[in-house]
Amino acid sequence: MKVLLRNPRRELDIDGRRTVNSLLAELDLPRESHLVIRNGTLVPGDAELSVDDVVEVRPVISGGC
Amino acid sequence: MVAVGSKCRVCKGPAIIDLPRHNAHFCAEHFLELCRRQVAKAIEKFQMISADDRVLVAVSGGKDSLALWDILVDMGYQADGLYIGLGIGDYSDVSAEFARAFAAERGLQLVEISLRDQYGYDIPTAAKATRRVPCSACGTSKRHLFDSAALEGGYTVLVTGHNLDDEAAVLFGNTLRWDVEYLARQLPVLPARAGFPKKAKPLVRLTEREMAAWCIVRGIDYQVEECPMALGNKHLAYKAALNAIEAESPGSKAAFYLNFLDNMAPLLAGRSAAATDALGECRSCGAPTTGELCAFCRIVEKSSAHDPVPVELVLSKGRGRR
Repeated sequence: MKVLLRNPRRELDIDGRRTVNSLLAELDLPRESHLVIRNGTLVPGDAELSVDDVVEVRPVISGGC
Repeated sequence: MVAVGSKCRVCKGPAIIDLPRHNAHFCAEHFLELCRRQVAKAIEKFQMISADDRVLVAVSGGKDSLALWDILVDMGYQADGLYIGLGIGDYSDVSAEFARAFAAERGLQLVEISLRDQYGYDIPTAAKATRRVPCSACGTSKRHLFDSAALEGGYTVLVTGHNLDDEAAVLFGNTLRWDVEYLARQLPVLPARAGFPKKAKPLVRLTEREMAAWCIVRGIDYQVEECPMALGNKHLAYKAALNAIEAESPGSKAAFYLNFLDNMAPLLAGRSAAATDALGECRSCGAPTTGELCAFCRIVEKSSAHDPVPVELVLSKGRGRR
């Protein structure tokens, strides 16, 4: 699957199915500070991602005071 | 493929988000309903906004302020936006486009102020000229201009998109220092007083993950990239620490901040009065200040006389403490 990451913007190719939570754990990204969008739709942590999916992992933390 | 996943707590339809602090999943419709309910609860509990108020929303082009503007308009409030062009290179240019597009698509009014065009400086130049950390010059500039724009525009409430994570992080910093003066002022609503508009933070019961999700579900495009000048600031470090605790014990952030408001803030009431009693008027702009010249006019004086500094120059030299 294609996985888009932000800050900085980059793209990864990842093989095989896994859940959203497994993907975040593999990438060492905390669930509380990221959302995952699969083919344009927000999905929860136990959603399955398949090889054909286009996935965006979107950070949600802002540093402004 | 179809997810064999979790169900919405309310309707049992397919969930789009898991919210560990509520120990529940929600579909899009019931997630939005939850967010509206949390904002309505904050507005009501702290008497933030009345039906006849003219509201000015401080808009950055990021998720929180655009979500806030969207929610308030959706709830029927009369709300205009205020965007301040900070001059932080491409980051500011792109942020402005998101704010303008949001307003234009919905027929809403966006007031714009440009630091460079109207005050002769931008944030990278201010950071260099004042030798202050960028977030400090930026915060001082924004707070001053939010206040003056609200007062001059005849708005009765200024609202900002500070969320639960923002407030918990500030509370964490103030508590680490036991800064009683700041703790006493950390309230979700501040009444109007001489030289200051009424200010409110209607998103304090919602996390930034929930605000980003609001924007995604509602189809709001926003600036996802982080401000290049904020990287490495203490505020981000406090948020990361609180999120590590939240992962172990969901609901901790909300308990930390909301229980502070319920149990601790009343004990501190009146402890910040000394600072406000002694305010005079800035000799340049007339804003309330403890000195002759207010902090904003001091930044303008130093920064507008300085050659413009591109953001890249400040970043390459200034990484580290913010």
